[in-house]
Order: sequence, then structure tokens, then C-alpha cells
Amino acid sequence: MQNQNQNLIERLLSGDRRALARMVTLIENGVPGIRDCLAELHRHAGRAHIIGITGSPGVGKSTLVTRLTREFRQRERRVAVIAVDPTSPFSGGALLGDRIRMMELAGDPGVFIRSMASRGSLGGLSAATRDVVRAMDAAGYDPILIETVGTGQAEVEIMRAAHSVMVVCAPGLGDEVQALKAGILEIADLFVVSKKDKPGANQTAAELAMLLSLAPDRRTAAWRIPIVLTSALKGEGIDQLVEALERHRRFLEDSGLLRQRAQRQIRSEIEALIVQKVLQHLEEEVSPGEWQRLLSEISERARDPYSVARELEERLGLPR
Amino acid sequence: MAATRPIRVLVAKPGLDGHDRGAKVIARALRDAGMEVIYTGIRQTPEMIVEAAIQEDVDAILLSILSGAHMALFPRIMELLKQNGVTDVLVAAGGILPDEDIPAIKAMGIKGCFGPGTPVEQIIQFVRENIHPERLQVEV
Repeated sequence: MQNQNQNLIERLLSGDRRALARMVTLIENGVPGIRDCLAELHRHAGRAHIIGITGSPGVGKSTLVTRLTREFRQRERRVAVIAVDPTSPFSGGALLGDRIRMMELAGDPGVFIRSMASRGSLGGLSAATRDVVRAMDAAGYDPILIETVGTGQAEVEIMRAAHSVMVVCAPGLGDEVQALKAGILEIADLFVVSKKDKPGANQTAAELAMLLSLAPDRRTAAWRIPIVLTSALKGEGIDQLVEALERHRRFLEDSGLLRQRAQRQIRSEIEALIVQKVLQHLEEEVSPGEWQRLLSEISERARDPYSVARELEERLGLPR
Repeated sequence: MAATRPIRVLVAKPGLDGHDRGAKVIARALRDAGMEVIYTGIRQTPEMIVEAAIQEDVDAILLSILSGAHMALFPRIMELLKQNGVTDVLVAAGGILPDEDIPAIKAMGIKGCFGPGTPVEQIIQFVRENIHPERLQVEV
């Protein structure tokens, strides 16, 4: 089994796309032993520029990803794309349709596209996204584009996975820009106003510029957040967007922020790994029957959540 | 963990017909049955379908075709899968497939053929029961 792993890793590193695809599946399914594989991949990763693309549903994220990929391909870069779509909370299934808009990328061996279901994770990504990025990075793809679930205001998780976060807005979505004020506005390294061929694009860009000038946070002092207008339909603005992304990458490298961001991300990954382990122990320690009994006692007010949590923490050997 | 992982399915429309209501109904039904369904859209070449199946590492490919070009397109898809070493993926087809073609389609390695009026439950069950057993062993 160990040999089989080693073989898969070697094939992945040598650029075998089927090996990468299989590795992604193993990561998504969290199979036993995957952490050892990831540890090995970690040693080979760290070269890729990781770009997050987020925004409300329908603003044109998938189309923009397609155009961006083409532009990067013209610059002879090998591009990987992760497109995340939501998992149904009822059936656990998912309909992953981002490939429909990425059809024109088919047949290019320098492009690897993977659709991922969010599998219950909130925040616009799947829990496995960062590890999948690691595998693609080790396989030599650069950049790696992550397209989040289109939800709007709370998808800040991308900040913990990407180096450069691009927030896409479309004209004509009413007061969308106002709604962007909190959360998503703060995570943007770049703004894209898509569909510039439609009326209202300039106004949306102006509103964004005003909001940015109203709320200068400490990041904007060193990096002036660009607002790029694009039209995927007419193919306009895409080269400026790639230029802006490249500029952001250089800025991150030169300012030392790249390292800082990467370290912050890794810290949060380690924390997540530990939480996962604790939850796993908890599952082993407390049987479903015991859970039922505890929960009944709590609903009947015979006990309270806090003392139960403390008791379980003690049983798991956690310090008080 | 192995038993509960979602089955991944590619629903694809090879060839030039643009009628994808059937494919969409199937995609939706499989999703509601708890599967992760990648829908590629219409007018896919065999190369595009095989490439998508490889990158997405799917357990099954469902081909929907109404144009009558299945005897030209299916062999090409099966050949490309083989060329790429993809031997553990279930392939099934649906749409307008004349009875007299079905033995030849099955001989290509396409395990199921579903015509109009097939209850979706039957397709769901078929997919669940015919996934290559090795694919469901996810131990590393």
C-alpha cells in the first residue's frame, strides 16, 4: 500500500493528470493515510500563485475564469482551476455545472479543471480545497484559480486559501455594492466589474472606488486595490486583469506579505487538523446512545451544555 | 468513510443535438439521490468527454444522445478511454437508441442503455450497483 502511494505521488510529480485526478479524489474523501501523502506533496509545493475568485451568483465568475485561463495560457503558464459548487443539504448530492462555461478550455493539456462540491462546508469552499491546491501546486500548475460558491457576503474562507483574492461585481444588480461593504469588501485584493459592455458598469466601478476611498484600511496604504472592468463577451480588460494579478503577486513577494499570508494560512490549517482530530476522538468516546441521553437531560433542563462540555473535555484528556 | 463517499458521475451530451432536457432530468435526479454530478453541457466531442472524465475522476459516465450518431461517437469515446488507461469507469447511455443497435453498443463496453420513459429510479439503482468495485475501495 505504501508503495502504491509512492507510485501515485511520483506519477503526479511527473505531470500525469490521471494521478493528480486520483489524488484529488483521495483528498476529498479524506481516506486514511492521506496525511502522509500530503506531507510529501507539501515538500514539492509552494511555487504556485493561488488566485481566489468570488462574487454573487451570476456575476460571471466561471466565464471570467475561462478568459483568465486563456490569457495565462498565452503566457505559457500551466493553469489549474478548482470550481466549487454547493452540496445540497438535503440529499448530500451536488450538480457541478461550471465546466459548461469552461468548454472552450477543453483539449488543452496545459489546463486542469476540477469541480468540487462544498460537502457541507460553509464559507464558499470545501474543507479539502486547500489540500487539493497543494496537490495541484506540487504537480507544477501555476497559477491555480479557485472559483468559490457564489453566495455573496460570507465567503471569506477564500482569504485563508488564496494569495490574491478577486471580488467580481456585475453592473445592474441594484444596491449590490452597498451590500459588499462588510466582509467581502475587506477581503478583496482586486475588484473586477464584469460585463462592462452592459449599462451601469462605470457607475458600479465609481461606487466601488468611492467605498474604497471611504474606508481606507491599513492594507490599502501599501497596495492600492485596483478596479478592473472586463467584458468576457468582447474579450476586453482581461490582459489588464492578468497584469494586475501579476503586480499583486510581485507586491506580495517584495513586501514579505506572501510569506506572512502563507504562514497564517498554514496555522489555520494546523488548527483545523487538530479540531478534526478532537471531533473524531469525541465520536469514538461518546456513543450515539449516550449522546441521546445527554441531550435529553439538557432539553429537560436537568443538565446544561456547559457542564456536559466540561465533562467530555475531561474524558478526552483536555486541560481545564 | 469509504461507504459514505458520494458517487461522482459525468453526464455528457456527445454530438450535435441540442436537446438536453433528458440529460438535465437525469443529472438532477442523480443529485437528489446524493451523487455529485458534473454536467458538461451540449455539443461535446469524444475528446472533451474523456478529458473531463479523467480530470474529474468520475465513477461513471452517462452519455445522452438523440441525434442518431451514437454508432459513430460511442466507439470513439470507448477507444479514447482505453487509450488513456481509464478502465474502471462505468459507462452507460440514454436517449434514442434503436433496439437493433443495443447489442453492438453493449459489446463496446457500455453497460446500460436507457430509452425514453425509463424511470429515473432504475438509472439511479443501475449506477449504484455497477460502479467498479475497486473504485469504492478508498483505502490508501
